[in-house]
Amino acid sequence: MTCVVGIDLGSTTTKAVVLDERGEVLGRGITNSRSNYDLAAELARTEAFISARFRLLEREVERVGGPETLARLLRAFRLEQMFIQLATLGSKIEAEIGRGAPGQRDALAAAVARVFARIRAEEELRFEDPHPPERSDFFRDAAGSAYARLAEEAAQVPGAGVTFDRLLGLYDQCIVQVENEPVELGFRENIGKALDRTGQMPGVRAAVDAALTADLGVSATVGTGYGRARLPFPKEQIRSEILCHGLGAHVLFPATRTVLDIGGQDTKAIQVDGSGIVTSFQMNDRCAAGCGRYLGYIADEMNMGLHELGPLALESRRPVKISSTCTVFAGAELRERLSLGERREDILAGLHRAVILRAMSLLARSGGIADEFTFTGGVARNPAAVRALEGLVAENYGARRINISADSIYTGALGAAHFALRGAAA
Amino acid sequence: MSESEKDLSMLLQKDMLAEHYRRLEAAPETGEPVVYTFVPGNLTELIRSFGALPVLPEINALQSAMRGKSQGYIAAAEKAGHSEDVCSYVKCDIGMLKAGNVSPTGTRLPKPDLLLLSYTGCYTFMKWFELLREEYRCPMVFLQIPYQGDGEQSPAMRQYVARQIRESLIPALEKATGRAFDEERLRENLRMSAAAEDDLVAVLQSAKKTPSPIDAYFGAVYYVGPIFSAFRGTEEGLAYYRTLRQEVEGRVARGEGPTTPSGRLDRQKYRLVVEGPPNWTHFREFWRMFADEEAVVVASTYSKVGGTYDLGFRHDPADPLGTLADYCSGCYTNRNLPSRVEMLARYAEEYRADGFLIHSVKSCNSFSAGQLPMLREVERRTGIPGAFIESDLVDPRYFSAANLKNRLESYFQMLDARKAGVPA
Repeated sequence: MTCVVGIDLGSTTTKAVVLDERGEVLGRGITNSRSNYDLAAELARTEAFISARFRLLEREVERVGGPETLARLLRAFRLEQMFIQLATLGSKIEAEIGRGAPGQRDALAAAVARVFARIRAEEELRFEDPHPPERSDFFRDAAGSAYARLAEEAAQVPGAGVTFDRLLGLYDQCIVQVENEPVELGFRENIGKALDRTGQMPGVRAAVDAALTADLGVSATVGTGYGRARLPFPKEQIRSEILCHGLGAHVLFPATRTVLDIGGQDTKAIQVDGSGIVTSFQMNDRCAAGCGRYLGYIADEMNMGLHELGPLALESRRPVKISSTCTVFAGAELRERLSLGERREDILAGLHRAVILRAMSLLARSGGIADEFTFTGGVARNPAAVRALEGLVAENYGARRINISADSIYTGALGAAHFALRGAAA
Repeated sequence: MSESEKDLSMLLQKDMLAEHYRRLEAAPETGEPVVYTFVPGNLTELIRSFGALPVLPEINALQSAMRGKSQGYIAAAEKAGHSEDVCSYVKCDIGMLKAGNVSPTGTRLPKPDLLLLSYTGCYTFMKWFELLREEYRCPMVFLQIPYQGDGEQSPAMRQYVARQIRESLIPALEKATGRAFDEERLRENLRMSAAAEDDLVAVLQSAKKTPSPIDAYFGAVYYVGPIFSAFRGTEEGLAYYRTLRQEVEGRVARGEGPTTPSGRLDRQKYRLVVEGPPNWTHFREFWRMFADEEAVVVASTYSKVGGTYDLGFRHDPADPLGTLADYCSGCYTNRNLPSRVEMLARYAEEYRADGFLIHSVKSCNSFSAGQLPMLREVERRTGIPGAFIESDLVDPRYFSAANLKNRLESYFQMLDARKAGVPA
């Protein structure tokens, strides 16, 4: 089977979507963006093919081993990927310790070894847990939070002879290197070990072999997103993210006429016609006020995870009126409100409304909100942003059907893949 | 652009400007009087008829920006208390003044003997000259041009302006220069203006051809330079436009496109109409964003801020004061929104445009207000999709190359997709 690939190199995350010749989604992959754009694109693509190959073996593995076997195989695969990256990170940290002051080396090495041993043990437990707790898909987050927690404990061991800051500093220095060097995380490299770990079931191995050897030749690739100019593709294979988001939203919801995308550092209001062709668009100017990154800063400032902001904001009973969405002053604004005695959830509700108000202005400038209206991008995952949008849309435009796909973060990559599909067919 | 990528007319203009700034620097010694004025509604023929030299502050600001110097000047003005949101032309000019009244070429600018303020739709001009009057303690004369709110100049408006020229401008110029008004000399200047204007219009309208031999926005900035600034109604101006017209006619005969920072643009995939002034701090980079996509601008409104000659107006030596009134009244900045929409829609049709773009300027309220409804109306009338991009005149902080490029690329790809009828 030949397939096409769309890659959306965003400012925060890089996404890839693989389609078959009929335009059906075979796989999706995501990774955090990083300074090495090629690598981010390659990783997202690798992840998309992993999910495509898992999809191929899915039915057969379920048939012979039940859904639990499939889930266990996937967890084993993720564990192998995790171990590879942990090993890389460990050797970087080891080298970094070797470059440091000689007097501290042994104590640091011992503490780091303890931390890594415990992370590995926790990961093994996670593999054994049929319902492991939710966590970030990105190595830097998953490993980082475990490392920070365990390093703090390691530093508190009497006579450890290391400080938490020093241990955390090692992680910060090395994670960037790990992220910007190629690592073998693909299906082919890791599925065998994952299979061994789950124990041999003859039917499962056959399904894995079939998925492994299935021909997924790529006939066309189209890149889009903020970093698209840096993708190693010829110009014809690069499409503007405006066009890709328009087409992607059209593919997800064919009756869409207006699309709002709030990403990491830009907000796009797009009007499309009945075939997904963009007819008009507006974007924020160079200032990233009110974009996803703004919420990221707010989360940092509140010492919360980005995904926790929306749920807390929903608890607000008396939202604070906030007009500034300046990312630079986000922290100051927040502290000012807190110092005035405002409640955290009320401030957050106000901040979410301010973000959406800014988007409403762009929507108005692009030609308003037609039925149907599709909301995409990372911020569409935030329930408080969605609620604020629903309210303001109803207030300003009346009843509108608002579509939000669970896979909305992949909209740009999906559109790019459809451009690739049309290009391959032509 | 390297020297080899520049047209003869561009080099000629560079010399003219350099010579003008040299002459201005020497003015305190040579005794040539100096009159400061603005581009829209500039009365260069009248100023020159008194043997005075014009200084155009917004030209100085944009020339400084093109030479990469505006950021420092703006910072100096902000340090002196001007807000970030104030017109960046004003702040750049104030900064230049604070730096010792230095010209864009590095020479010194002389103090004004007179500030001649013709009000043609830009409210900031009044405040700007008030600031300069404080600074120089020199006389100022104010020519009030009634705004064409109804889309036309009535006979009473015309008389009102002509009377102001006769009764207040001319006496002020006589006093500032110590010379008597010489109507014959004014007529002669106006004759030279009209001849140069004929050549300019021929150049601008050459863009109706395919391929267009000119870029009517980025290229036209150079073409209108002399006639918008100090050289209308002068021998040098006349010679410049003769050279320019020959140059463009040569390109037409050879089927060539204009010279751009990316080389000669013979292949022209998109023909565009543009509204709004360009960005000056990244002028060539901005131009390249169009040229690299094989986009040529075939008509622009910015090239009409110093006079709408292509709509038929010519300076008329037979009616010197009346014609100056007509000129001021007809400047693009003095026209109402329906007239601007009308011009844009007409350009889109007459120049067979594929696209229509507004470059909106952050720090210019008087020009930018109303541009979005204009865009929608032009779209409605012509069926041509419009695009809206933003940066600034001379404040580099507002220029985001990646953002502009993103929008332009998206727009060109949108034009492609619409042309193809399917998302291609």
